[in-house]
Amino acid sequence: MDLLATADVIVIGGGLHGCSTALHLARAGLSALVIEKNYVGRHASGVNAGGVRTLSRHEAEVPLALAALELWYGIGKLVDDDCGFEAHGQIRVAESEADATALREREAHMRALGYTHERWIGANELFARVPALARHCLGGLIAERDGAALPYQTTAAFRRKAEALGQKFFEGERVERAQRTGNAWTVSTDRGSFGARVLVNCAGAWADHLCAQLGEPVPLEAIAPMMMVTLRMPRFLEPVVLGTGRPLSFKQTQDDTVLIGGGRRARVERSAETTALDFRELAASAQTVWDLFPIMRAATIHRGWAGIEARMPDELPVIGPSSTTPGAYHAFGFSGHGFELGPVVGRITADLIAAGTTALPIAPFSITRFSNASAPA
Amino acid sequence: MSAAANYDVAIVGAGAAGLAAAVECANAGLATVVFDEQPTPGGQIYRAITSTPLVDRNQLGPDYWHGERLVHQFENTDVAYAPRSTVWSVTRQDGGFEMGVSGDGEARLIMVRHVILATGALERPFPIPGWTLPGVMAAGAAQILLKSSGLVPDGRVVLAGTGPLLYLVAAQLARVGAKVERLLDTTPRGRWRAALPRAIEFLASPYFVKGLAILRDANAATSIVKHVERVEALGKQSLERVRFVAGDQTEEIATDLLLLHQGVVPNINLSNAIGCEQRWDNAQLAFVPVVDAWGASSVAGVTIAGDGAGIAGARAAQARGRLAGLYAACVLGKFDTVARDRAAVLARAELARFSRGRAFVDAMYRPADSFRMPEGDTLVCRCEEVTAQQVVDAVKLGCTGPNQMKSFLRCGMGPCQGRFCGLTVTELIARARNVSPGEVGHYRLRFPIKPITLGELAALPQTEASVQAVVRIGKSH
Repeated sequence: MDLLATADVIVIGGGLHGCSTALHLARAGLSALVIEKNYVGRHASGVNAGGVRTLSRHEAEVPLALAALELWYGIGKLVDDDCGFEAHGQIRVAESEADATALREREAHMRALGYTHERWIGANELFARVPALARHCLGGLIAERDGAALPYQTTAAFRRKAEALGQKFFEGERVERAQRTGNAWTVSTDRGSFGARVLVNCAGAWADHLCAQLGEPVPLEAIAPMMMVTLRMPRFLEPVVLGTGRPLSFKQTQDDTVLIGGGRRARVERSAETTALDFRELAASAQTVWDLFPIMRAATIHRGWAGIEARMPDELPVIGPSSTTPGAYHAFGFSGHGFELGPVVGRITADLIAAGTTALPIAPFSITRFSNASAPA
Repeated sequence: MSAAANYDVAIVGAGAAGLAAAVECANAGLATVVFDEQPTPGGQIYRAITSTPLVDRNQLGPDYWHGERLVHQFENTDVAYAPRSTVWSVTRQDGGFEMGVSGDGEARLIMVRHVILATGALERPFPIPGWTLPGVMAAGAAQILLKSSGLVPDGRVVLAGTGPLLYLVAAQLARVGAKVERLLDTTPRGRWRAALPRAIEFLASPYFVKGLAILRDANAATSIVKHVERVEALGKQSLERVRFVAGDQTEEIATDLLLLHQGVVPNINLSNAIGCEQRWDNAQLAFVPVVDAWGASSVAGVTIAGDGAGIAGARAAQARGRLAGLYAACVLGKFDTVARDRAAVLARAELARFSRGRAFVDAMYRPADSFRMPEGDTLVCRCEEVTAQQVVDAVKLGCTGPNQMKSFLRCGMGPCQGRFCGLTVTELIARARNVSPGEVGHYRLRFPIKPITLGELAALPQTEASVQAVVRIGKSH
């Protein structure tokens, strides 16, 4: 069978993680081709809230998140584009004593683990940093070096840089099968076949298809966190503000619109790749914003959307080699908080492929933790 | 807003198609609600027909007053009518649809079994240099001011563009005393030849005689410049002059108002956001939803009637509205297909009669490329002030579709949600990529398709689960 193209590595999925993997592979001297069923950045990578957050991550993710943050601070050098990254900090606010207790415990726990990037701030500092915040708030947990970036611009920049370094992208091609013969992979799409030595699964909400083919099914759920944005408002906010007792992610973007997210979910039709907003859930977000930011009460909600991505039951990603098949690697399942990790996970995967090892601790993300899972219907 | 929590059928729009559909649904015994943004029924063509101050019937003409009987029929049904209301979302739920509707400062969620979209047409964007200056407006918008408020422009008026409505507005404005200085017809030379194969059908259509009358009236009303190739609106703070080029003639005219028009296109905002399949219509140079002979879309339970399913005019829209209403009644079990088909005979004949001649009009008044795809610094997206050159440059950066363009340039992300720039952006990208506009596609439109306030949204009923949702920030997360 004639192959449409070959490379050292085939990356399935043109989201941020796929593009980042391709870029880091190029830096390691390996050629890659990325196969994307729609266009690069079509789902969550292009339309997420853009949070560059180390704050209140699962402790297994903290080393990766901190390493990624260093890459974000040098993002212009990495991809020749600032990706719209701005670091005004992220603050999780306490609305009640229970919230405050939880946040202080979190701070103490992180200190015990040797991490200092999360810090409790009292009401005075909180209101100095976020003057528009309602006065019932008691304090907050801040990660001062955190920030936000523009997701589509970021994903497109990783892709362009990878392309500039020689990697190839095939958009509008849907992977149907991946087959290993000897030491080589043949990946068939609806248009033809591609060949490589190594396969990387960055297929996001559709990553379980390949896992099943490799004989290592995973309990992946397709989710779509909802976001909504207002028309432009007078400038009133610099940091990203997160809720504690209720889900909320809130920021004023660089173009002065206000982006409201926080993980409330749309209904997903995975095979049709569509989402339907749940306005009752959005109403709850609106209520939270109403309570926390009085300035927002007359704001005009202009559009809402949701990007489809993968959620694992423990809300941790799958990163690392296949447990069944040599020459196959996974990076998916970021469960609503993978954007910040994008720059570093591509490097981890490239290191695993090029050098067989990575300096970062990825054992908690092994696919083997689901080895008793059966394929979802 | 007076509306119950549940209906069999919700109709969006109270123009010719929506009113006709409502009459059929009500006659079939369906619990029906009509949502419309205007204060009175009639849509754009019959705008303010129950309230217009222009009661002299010669001023707006017989085509306008034709709507009176339809509105009368509608008012004699028991349809729930919600004027001044805005439908901002339609989502599938529990085998039916949940609709988000605002009116009188309050938002509601309403459940219906079947949706008929009768959202009509929008004026095609007309992006010329200076088109965003105060003093430049759409000819259709000026006509609406005339119909609803009897508002006659008190300064000098220049009209530019192509198509029957432009001539009709020129004649109507002159009749009510406006100073119509010039009509700049941008129909390219040679369109007759392109349209000729469809001319016989047109000559036999009801539009031919009407067209002659409109041409005669417009000729009497103002002086007409043919084959205008370039139009620019000039002025510092607001419009002062119009410069145009026609052949070797370049001229500047001082004017207070410039009215632009180059046809109308289907208003697909709701059908697109619902996810109804759509296709590029190369004759009408627009995206149109894919519908069957009853107006049924690719989404079961969503029917589209009137110009929102492809431009065919008010009389055809009325017939398509009747068909959509009959179809809904049949789907919802009010009668079988035999009874439906029998009841549809008249509407089908009406539709056939008023569809004749359309192909000629489309070919004759096909807007020139240069007026649809501007160049250089001419603004494309007026909300976010994105120029034609920026769009073309973004394509070179790998931004190959309008949705990527939103992320790149905020093009189409402003208050109009892409209603003004959608077609222009698609056609510019298509030309830059040398592919068809159909391949490029249209913006994916997002709910709420009309803005709502945070307060309205916060006041919606919330589910138990949504109120109790908590963040996991414990020790491990």
